[in-house]
Amino acid sequence: MVRALGSTTITIVQDLGRTGWFLLYSFYMIFRHPGSLVNVLKQMRFIGTKSLFVIILTAAFTGMVLGLQGYYTLAKFGSEGMLGTAVALSLIRELGPVLAALMVTGRAGSAITAEIGIMRITEQIDALETMALDPFKYLVTPKFIAAMISLPLLCAIFDVIGIYGGWLVGVKLLGVNPGAYFYEMEKAVVWRDVYSGFAKSFSFGLIIAWIGCYKGYYAGHGAEGVSKATTESVVLTSVIILVWDYFLTSVLL
Amino acid sequence: MITLRNVHKSFGAQKVLDGLDLDIPAGKITAIIGPSGEGKSVLLKHLIGLLQPDSGAVAVDGESIVNVGRGELNRIREKFGMLFQNVALFDSMTVFENVAFPLQEKTTLGRDQIRSRVLSALEDVGLKNIEHKYPDELSGGMKKRVGLARAVVLEPKIILFDEPTTGLDPIIKRAIHQLIIDTHGKFGFTAVIVSHEIPDIFDVAQNVAMLFQGKILQHGTPDEIRNSVDPAIRQFISGSLDGPIQMI
Repeated sequence: MVRALGSTTITIVQDLGRTGWFLLYSFYMIFRHPGSLVNVLKQMRFIGTKSLFVIILTAAFTGMVLGLQGYYTLAKFGSEGMLGTAVALSLIRELGPVLAALMVTGRAGSAITAEIGIMRITEQIDALETMALDPFKYLVTPKFIAAMISLPLLCAIFDVIGIYGGWLVGVKLLGVNPGAYFYEMEKAVVWRDVYSGFAKSFSFGLIIAWIGCYKGYYAGHGAEGVSKATTESVVLTSVIILVWDYFLTSVLL
Repeated sequence: MITLRNVHKSFGAQKVLDGLDLDIPAGKITAIIGPSGEGKSVLLKHLIGLLQPDSGAVAVDGESIVNVGRGELNRIREKFGMLFQNVALFDSMTVFENVAFPLQEKTTLGRDQIRSRVLSALEDVGLKNIEHKYPDELSGGMKKRVGLARAVVLEPKIILFDEPTTGLDPIIKRAIHQLIIDTHGKFGFTAVIVSHEIPDIFDVAQNVAMLFQGKILQHGTPDEIRNSVDPAIRQFISGSLDGPIQMI
């Protein structure tokens, strides 16, 4: 039992070390060999543009449900006019960055792991190495750059669509004064809120690329190895995003 | 010249290479033969630094590739080309892009020069008008030939072949062997072939080394190996079930 415990501990520590090294080396490579612009743009199209539909859909319904819940809660205190503020602050500070990141994790993070994992088990990564080429330059750094640029942009879109989702329910369906909806929002939302949302999105983009690439790069054997890596990637990324969100919020608030 | 001295490699409790010594002469075709699962591919991956030995020395033209930095290793790897067992073509690229990739990344050639080099390399391996296809649209034999074109396109000094004919029909097998002989004649590279193809490999290789139980049992000319008195080598060549090699 002691031996098993020791062996598990060593494996966990080794894995943590390797994960940390992977992040550091990725940063080194971003500055040293960021990869071609075409490759970065391709990844931005994959991570960003192709996530637009799911982001718009999620944002619209998140905003709408916030409008609905917010209205009935605020109505108890006769403060329906504050609905715009409640919706905007919830979205910009928390829900926009977090939900956008979770949606991208499910859509693109899993695909990143599967793509790199398949390249690993079919020896395509070894082929790059034998050509004296660093696989990070082609497979990892373009995804890091693309994710760190795309996530804040997707978050901005999520916020705007969500605010209009809340407006649709609050103003159009439940009769909140449209002037109050936007006026109170403008008064309450400050630059710091927007900035903290973008800072979160940026770091979530980094987490998605980091865990997605890492799990694929060290995928186990065969189809089962890739499938396991993909599942682990989505679960771990989602958990890290939520935990990191708490710590970042406590610093940024 | 590639030299391996007292190389040990284990995966967990399984010992794969056990004090292996081997000299691979420059400019010749050396075949590594041996039963399945004896570590031939592991040995090949040590030659190019894809795997590092637990202990022992591996040197290419006198330069060690054990525990050296990535930059140093990549400098030595520039001498190599490799044809993988599963070919390892980049599946999101066309045949043309696969063969052009090393040229685009490692040379300063212009687009037209790259195009003519790629088409010429594909023609050398007997492939025409398939440059726009993706790897999954090709047969096993065609993939091997594209892999060979990609391995030779930079005209490396050393090419490693990991079971280049496994799973192919006898005619394509013969064709691939002939291609290796022809391209070797043309470029004069050092070739290391991991193979099970007995007796065909004796007509391709100028040196043959038999790997068994983590060591090189014998290394010599094809005739020396064919006439070996070692019971394991004799059993392997004859394909007999009786002898020191116990598969079942």
